Amino acid sequence: MGLRNLIHCVLALTLGFVGLAMLYLELGAQFVGFTQILVYVGAVAILSVFAIMMTRSAGPNAEPALSASWISGLVVAGATFAVLAWAIISSNITTAASDQPEVSVKAIGNALMHNYAVPLEIMGLLLTAALIGAVIVAMPQEKAQ
Amino acid sequence: MLGEGLLKGLAETARNFFGSYAGKDRLTTLQFPEERAPRIEASRNFPFLVYDGTDPEAGLRCVSCFICEKECPPQCIFIEKSTDKKPDAVGKQQFYPARFNIDVSVCMSCQICVEVCPFDAIKMDVAFEEASTGRFSDLLWPKQRLAKSNDYYHEIHPTEAATVDADLAAVRAKAAAPKPAPAAPPAAAPASGVAAEK
Amino acid sequence: MSAQTVDQVFVLTKAWLMGHVPAAFQPIASAVLSVVPVLLVFPLLFAITTVLERKGLGRMQNRYGPNRVGPYGFLQPMADGIKSLTKEDIIPRSADAVVHFLAPLLLVLASFLAYAVLPIGRNMVITDLNSGVLFFFAIGSMIELAVFMAGWSSRSKYSLLGAMRAVAQMISYEIPLVLSAIVVIMAAGTLSTVAIVNMQAVYTHWLPHWFVFTPWGFCGFILFMIAATAESNRSPFDLPEGESEIIAGYYIEYSGFKFALFFLGEYLGMFATSGLAITLFLGGWSSPFSFLTWIPSYIWFFGKLLAFIAAFIWVRGTFPRLRMDQLMGLAWKFMLPMTLLNVFDVGIWHLMPHGILRWIVCTAFLILPAYLLSRTLNRKQKLQVRTYRYAD
Repeated sequence: MGLRNLIHCVLALTLGFVGLAMLYLELGAQFVGFTQILVYVGAVAILSVFAIMMTRSAGPNAEPALSASWISGLVVAGATFAVLAWAIISSNITTAASDQPEVSVKAIGNALMHNYAVPLEIMGLLLTAALIGAVIVAMPQEKAQ
Repeated sequence: MLGEGLLKGLAETARNFFGSYAGKDRLTTLQFPEERAPRIEASRNFPFLVYDGTDPEAGLRCVSCFICEKECPPQCIFIEKSTDKKPDAVGKQQFYPARFNIDVSVCMSCQICVEVCPFDAIKMDVAFEEASTGRFSDLLWPKQRLAKSNDYYHEIHPTEAATVDADLAAVRAKAAAPKPAPAAPPAAAPASGVAAEK
Repeated sequence: MSAQTVDQVFVLTKAWLMGHVPAAFQPIASAVLSVVPVLLVFPLLFAITTVLERKGLGRMQNRYGPNRVGPYGFLQPMADGIKSLTKEDIIPRSADAVVHFLAPLLLVLASFLAYAVLPIGRNMVITDLNSGVLFFFAIGSMIELAVFMAGWSSRSKYSLLGAMRAVAQMISYEIPLVLSAIVVIMAAGTLSTVAIVNMQAVYTHWLPHWFVFTPWGFCGFILFMIAATAESNRSPFDLPEGESEIIAGYYIEYSGFKFALFFLGEYLGMFATSGLAITLFLGGWSSPFSFLTWIPSYIWFFGKLLAFIAAFIWVRGTFPRLRMDQLMGLAWKFMLPMTLLNVFDVGIWHLMPHGILRWIVCTAFLILPAYLLSRTLNRKQKLQVRTYRYAD
């Protein structure tokens, strides 16, 4: 990212999340698109700004925004893009999106409860662990005398 | 019961709301420029100079003794004594102020000038709608603006004015009465008695 | 003019106007014709609400409200609008100009977007999304980001503190908000607002099937309204913007029209969440009695919305402000367990056979824990020696 200010960077990231949500909506996945906004913009972006605000340095960075080796970074990014683009273009994707049945929320819910019940429970455990960890990190420590 | 306090509070405000339409006594607001609260007699705003009779120059009670100028805490009074004399409120020939300015933007309405004036010449006015647009020009009040008649003083502070008038009348009566004949000196006998003791 | 025509007058007008638009412009014209009335009506409602609130609060406090501008003071919003438009727009020198400018814009944008899924009358919704309720909550979460942007970009300690508190409050109340709406989604089986309202617009004898008339619906409604009051930073949860506590909180450095935009955004958010509560729990545009269905549907919607506004004003005039820790305690210790129990409750309701027994069971399932949880909140806090973690 080429912006000086960290908070500007986070806001640009949020814009990226919204763009991703727009892509989802364009493809017809309403549930995923709106959940993307709800979770990423509503929770993750706010978490990032809180984290940056709590731990930021005194002022705007004194170093230049682009590091010295930005040319090699650009070359690597371009190469990755080229490989992915070649892989997508030369693969055998049929454009049969029109006769896909619209995935309703009910179908997603059914799938989560029947086929993907175990991953759902594991994610629940993971989130609980994260929550407990956050509480432990934020709890005031007992002062050792 | 859970939530009882909440419901009682809501009932109270609802009572106030509907009661304000039903009876006017719930709304105690006075619509200001049209309705005014009755003024109490002892209210005060800025000082004014009292004059007796109808002529502000001739009846002015102030004798420019400078006491109020010295006692004023923010020093907002400026007096210039005249060079000639005129009869004052009790008839004696006294100086009078050629210039008497009060800087109203500085005056803090403490009433000290009124308390120290020995001639009942400066009293507190009650007019408060004195806003003006000239910050420096309109807030320095000269003698012509400060001088108001004794009848006006009676209007704004009736009991005070009545007391002051009674006092002044007594002083005038005492000044006008013929002087009593000097008594025979009874001081000789006690004086010699005191000298004998020493 | 039959009752049906009066009810559908806006839909018919739009259809007639669309007939005059060339085919190439049909989509854009349809969008504009649907959106412009919302953009006109709700800010007008905001203007009326500001004056109603001031007069209402005044009457509750034994005084008149504004009564000089216009008849009984009802042109006061015009005076307020002219004042906020002509005030100097001050941006603090150390403030982040771009973010400072964008924050009120984002707030108002998010608040307006939320109206896209509210059915204001029969066949009168801007867009009938399949996941309408989810869209509403997604847009609501953008409002927190705007609040944070406003507070941070002003580079002032008060505004930053206000923004942190406001965001913390909004995040903690978002969970009870969504969970109490989930009970309706579970009962209705759909996320589409239009379908939910249509499901509530049927009558047995002369009573409607509104969800608020069920135990879980009533509990969900009350919890939703408390969470909605907290989400829009409205008394008694307006600590982040209370004037006597933190001056103006996160919009302290804003002046003139941007300040007015924050107000507009907050009130629009209030109307939007009230509109969603009406849609989910109170049957949207349907009338409460089957013999009153001749009154047009949009009249019912706005009538219910005005009742909600009156309730908000009443609550504002009655209760003292909650302190931050009391606020958070209420969200996490009372409302979250209650909403989770409510979700169980609607499951029990769904699975039990119809009859008086399920009413009794579901009601007891909710009242008992509410009583027990409120006792935990009422317990006296043990006062401790205050320690400052980051100050040593």
